[in-house]
Amino acid sequence: MTDLVSNLSLGLQVALSLKNLGLCFLGCLIGTLIGVLPGVGPIATITMLLPITFGLDPVGALIMLAGIYYGAQYGGSTTAILVNIPGEATSVVTTLDGHQMAKQGRAGVALGIAAIGSFIAGCVATVIIAAMAAPLTKMALLFGPADYFSLMVLGLMFAVVLARGSVVKAIGVILVGILLSTVGTDLESGEERLTFGWSEISDGLDVAVVAMGMFGFAEILRNLESTQARDVVHAAIGNLLPNRKDFGQAAAPIARGTILGSILGLLPGNGAVLGPFASYTLEKKLAKDGSRFGKGAIEGVAGPESANNAGAQTAFIPLLTLGIPPNAVMALMVGAMTIHGIVPGPQIMTKQPQLFWGMIASMWIGNLMLLIINLPLIGLWVRLLKVPYRLMFPSIVLLCCIGIYSINNSPTEVIMTAGFGIFGYALLKFGLEPAPLLLGFVLGRLMEEKLRQALVISRGSFSTFVDCQLWSGACARPLSTGLLVLSAIIVVIAVLPSIRKSRDEVFVED
Amino acid sequence: MLKRVASALAGLACLVAASLPAAAEYPERPITMIVPFAAGGPTDIIARIVGEHMAKTLGQAVVVENVAGAGGTTGSTRAAQAKPDGYTIMMGHMGTHGAAPALYPNLKYDPAKDFAPVGLAAGTPILIVAKKDFPAKDLKEFVAYVKANEGKVNEAHAGVGSVSFTTCTLLQSIMGTKTGRVAYRGTGPVLNDLVAGQVDFACDQIVNLVSQIQSGNIKVYAIATEQRSDTLPNVPTSKEAGLPEFQVSAWNAIFAPKGTAPEIVAKLNAALVKALDDENTRKRLLELGSVIPDTAGRSSDALHKLVESEVARWTPVLKAAGVTAN
Repeated sequence: MTDLVSNLSLGLQVALSLKNLGLCFLGCLIGTLIGVLPGVGPIATITMLLPITFGLDPVGALIMLAGIYYGAQYGGSTTAILVNIPGEATSVVTTLDGHQMAKQGRAGVALGIAAIGSFIAGCVATVIIAAMAAPLTKMALLFGPADYFSLMVLGLMFAVVLARGSVVKAIGVILVGILLSTVGTDLESGEERLTFGWSEISDGLDVAVVAMGMFGFAEILRNLESTQARDVVHAAIGNLLPNRKDFGQAAAPIARGTILGSILGLLPGNGAVLGPFASYTLEKKLAKDGSRFGKGAIEGVAGPESANNAGAQTAFIPLLTLGIPPNAVMALMVGAMTIHGIVPGPQIMTKQPQLFWGMIASMWIGNLMLLIINLPLIGLWVRLLKVPYRLMFPSIVLLCCIGIYSINNSPTEVIMTAGFGIFGYALLKFGLEPAPLLLGFVLGRLMEEKLRQALVISRGSFSTFVDCQLWSGACARPLSTGLLVLSAIIVVIAVLPSIRKSRDEVFVED
Repeated sequence: MLKRVASALAGLACLVAASLPAAAEYPERPITMIVPFAAGGPTDIIARIVGEHMAKTLGQAVVVENVAGAGGTTGSTRAAQAKPDGYTIMMGHMGTHGAAPALYPNLKYDPAKDFAPVGLAAGTPILIVAKKDFPAKDLKEFVAYVKANEGKVNEAHAGVGSVSFTTCTLLQSIMGTKTGRVAYRGTGPVLNDLVAGQVDFACDQIVNLVSQIQSGNIKVYAIATEQRSDTLPNVPTSKEAGLPEFQVSAWNAIFAPKGTAPEIVAKLNAALVKALDDENTRKRLLELGSVIPDTAGRSSDALHKLVESEVARWTPVLKAAGVTAN
């Protein structure tokens, strides 16, 4: 315990130096401003801004990058709430209730609770990292390809069971999502799949392209249908900040979201993406009146936003303790460290305690700064909603195009986004929901990868996923087995007619 | 043959140069260095370290532009098709200018013919590593064990076309084995599952592995270079350990588009050589575990020969393994 205190005070000394404080603030601010561009998520933002940190000292560079990361992460939620455009996969869930709140004139409350929930989650996750990083690392190593595959199956079950309308439609939409995720070069054989010889998509479809098209562009197309719908967003502004009643409703979801997000964030291969979805599902199940969800329930913003931020934070654990990046953002961080002559690895904690603890302390400071930057900005964002739709929608389209273009400097992707916009609009017209499709798209790629890895390792034996003997209770893969059993239980519940009647509507679009 | 191609190239370059205004003042604006991989990877880091010093010599900024995709061939295609005015150059490597023709049947450039080679920048040694409780004690035992347990052992690699994939394909062909080959997306997840013991062995660049080796999370059997590395002095070379055929380095080198004036190529080469002699630049490269080429290995000619020999070397190995990345 005394170790922890002295370590943290060392970290604070580093992080609180005027220069590092300034870098942290600058990072958060730039991250927020660029991340608020629709479609520009943390990966794109960090890639763009990575070179500007090369001139700094290692600690300062990492603190600034971490700030950019939090800022960009939060920026994605802002667009999700205001204009129904998720900046990245993890803010898809926020569009469901967040944008509904905005339409009801509660955009300020939604943004406020998202910022406050994120701050609380960030604080808790920082303490978890400081106190338990080393033991938690083992958890990341427990998950082999087979277990990971089963976790993805469970994730998809959430989407099947809780999507609105018929189970058949939900499964259909998810399968289309998985199908889209298989576009591109095959991981094992190197053959191109579903690319029709088109080299632009040989690396697969970008999640930002699919998400922006199906949410952003499709939403704009639909709004153009009727004059009435165009004006709902700026009908009323209401409270700028959440009041006591809002806090009361949001407190428990924030706590639960933080825990869920923290755990999922630890997993390698972007497990954090499941956090918001899992949190939303949980809140919906626990709520007394589940029907409020999808119509602007504050719990549906508070929980997932907290899970999102907690996961973003705990994703640092495998990087800091093992030197192994669990996702693409962290891989960029490794690059930044290497370029400064720091080889990330298990010895960082002992060899460079200043860097290690300085970064952890800066995580907390970064979260605080995010709150300080964003609370005053809420008023500005909300006022943006007052802009007449005839001016707003061309600017949204323009910003979307800039955002998409800047990810890979590719004009083709801008056109593809437009294509997905029309596709998403068609789905809406047929009463199909884009959110489960996107979840299928994001999880599909991971699922296929892990399935094939597990099958290569087991030489094609599917029993690797449930390697258990009932009579002796011996289990070679208890995690995978447990997750699959849980998935099966969820499916059974879904098909039981009595339960189906009360089946909730998670992915309600309007 | 080699000489003929070289002289043809030189002739062509002269022709183009003659039609251009005098390049005496080159460079008069910033130079773009295309790195065909994501920012932060080994090639990107070497490009930035070397580029920083070259900029000082040339008196103009060297701006790194990351054009990632399709195993580095997207960025290389763009560089090959760029205007040959010396303002667009690229950092290529073993994959883009050695293995690519075998892996990508529809490759839009010829590594040997569509570029004016500038010079070799740095090589990154390849290591053979395994999970920490892998039964073999040394490389000889490793080879024997893998041969005896082909059906059980699994190799992990970072995706078709990656350095870890190509180098381990060579290793498997030398050993005459066909183990399970588990594909991951990138080096990070490979390391994760190797440390966790989900897979058995891998080949990869030293910079990605040093800290895991030093902390005992993974075992190392050999380094595939002529000499031992200062970073890991206890690791025997593949020659010492009994597998002399396994000599491989993930080399990185600067290329200009075909038709770039020889004076410009010479100027770029001089700036590169100066960077490689600079103490600070050397120190940073050596910290990464890189091998800096000797004086003879830094010339444009040497690079041209290297590219031809690498294409000739990788093509049969990869074709035999039956993979394409297209």
